[in-house]
Amino acid sequence: MFAIFQYPFIQNAFIAGSIVATVAAVLGYFLIVRGLSFAGHALSSIGFAGAAGAILLGVSPVYGLMVFTVTASIAISILGREVRERDVATGVIMTFALGLGILFLSLYHGYAEQAYSILFGTIVGVSRDDVVFTFVLGLILLIMIAIIGRPLLFSSFDAELAETRGVPVRALGSIFLILIALTISITTQVVGILLVFALLIGPPATAIRLVHQPLRAIALAIILGLTYTWLGILLGGNSPWPVSFFITALSFGVYLPVRLFSKGIDSKRSAKGLEKLSITDSVLESQKDRND
Amino acid sequence: MIDILRHSFVQNAFLAGMIVAIISGFVGYFVVLRGQAFACEALSHIGFAGALGAALVGASSLEGMFIFTLLAAVGMGALGKRLSGRDIEVGMVLSFVLGLGVLFLSIYTKNATGAVGVLFGSILSVTINDVQVILGSGVFIIILMAVLYRPLLFASIEPEVAEARGVPVQRLSILFLILLALSVSVAVKVVGVLLVFALLVVPAAAAEHLTHRPWLAITLSILISLTSTIAGLIFAFIGHWPASFYIVSLTSWFYFIALIIHAVRSPRRYRELPHPSREVLPPSV
Repeated sequence: MFAIFQYPFIQNAFIAGSIVATVAAVLGYFLIVRGLSFAGHALSSIGFAGAAGAILLGVSPVYGLMVFTVTASIAISILGREVRERDVATGVIMTFALGLGILFLSLYHGYAEQAYSILFGTIVGVSRDDVVFTFVLGLILLIMIAIIGRPLLFSSFDAELAETRGVPVRALGSIFLILIALTISITTQVVGILLVFALLIGPPATAIRLVHQPLRAIALAIILGLTYTWLGILLGGNSPWPVSFFITALSFGVYLPVRLFSKGIDSKRSAKGLEKLSITDSVLESQKDRND
Repeated sequence: MIDILRHSFVQNAFLAGMIVAIISGFVGYFVVLRGQAFACEALSHIGFAGALGAALVGASSLEGMFIFTLLAAVGMGALGKRLSGRDIEVGMVLSFVLGLGVLFLSIYTKNATGAVGVLFGSILSVTINDVQVILGSGVFIIILMAVLYRPLLFASIEPEVAEARGVPVQRLSILFLILLALSVSVAVKVVGVLLVFALLVVPAAAAEHLTHRPWLAITLSILISLTSTIAGLIFAFIGHWPASFYIVSLTSWFYFIALIIHAVRSPRRYRELPHPSREVLPPSV
């Protein structure tokens, strides 16, 4: 069973998958807490259109991914101010981009395989260069989220209070969406759009049902994400079925019983969890210090 | 141009497109009103897995989509009571179903072009048989929507008050998701999984920006989706690009124009006024 680790391409898949799972778990936690699963899905679909455009122009798909997802994330933050309006605005931008993606694909002949590898990912086709690239950009993303993490969390749980305390709520939201866009861009090359979404949503969704304290939830999400990825590669490497299927099935298989047997968090309980951590207080204090 | 209309596949394409446009304009209004855009998107991807699964067992793609989306609609309706909490559930179901789709695709490698058709729409390959199925489900959906219209509108705008008045809000919600599942399955035939949103949500969202009166909004939304579909098909027959691209671009442009009209018409100081159905939440994005 473990004999597959002799192959360098499995080793690369393993390392790249671990980096992606870690970055996705951390950013995914904020995505879930802010109720932005749809934006995560939309940005990955938009990335597909961008990659198709880049293939048509003959440049590396990662440039198309970055241009499309970052532009779209800015457009989503401008158009979607209201929560209900946000989903629709996100969806319209996604559909518009996908329409362009279809046009690009129809202009580019002999597309099927490349389109599929972007959509569904080929984690076993990762090169050593891809691994280094993913590692460096993943590290940058983690540093960025560590910097804006605290105020971002504060504004996610109580936007009004955060705003009155001088936290730049809207700017933080936009920066966060751009970070998500970049995460999707760098990881799509490696694992495909489908898997990026699964790793962004799955582990944190399970983690916040089990643990309420933000840091512990993030840690649990990372552990879950790594476990799914490793098991998925192990199972996929030993069977004819694709790795992404195993990872999504594992993530759903763990989530379902947790969802059914945990009472679930409502806003009150998560607020209590925040109080326990006294994150609210410490953020308030740090803001006060800054004001003084 | 008129000559083209003599071909039966062209007639089928126009018929199917027009029926789907009318259904989605109507149902889409409630999708927007109830804030279920994400559920709609997820249902269409679930239809993708259903269509591929049906190909595996040798059934027709419409049958597979019907079964998968109906199951998912009941599941999503039962999992979460309030919409705001359903975001994660929908996302989880979506990612799992996409994984299933990949699995089916890897088992059933013979028909990659079929999968592309499901993803991007294959309106030119619609048969007269499909048109009959689409017409049948369309009539069913429209009649049921007309029957449910008043309580559904009430439950969508004021769920708490409706519940207090004895409207079965939860059951209505599941029933509506089932109707949505049906609409999504037939819409996939025309524009494909990736672009169902273009017909089901975008025209209704544009109409909602132009008027707050329900009937007027529904009429406008049907008009926008009909115009886009017919014009998109005509462009596709004249030009070289795929029909779904034209349809999507047209509905998107309708939305952007509606957005501008809305912004111009309502002065800034009125913009924050809450619509009865709309909770004004802090600008978190």
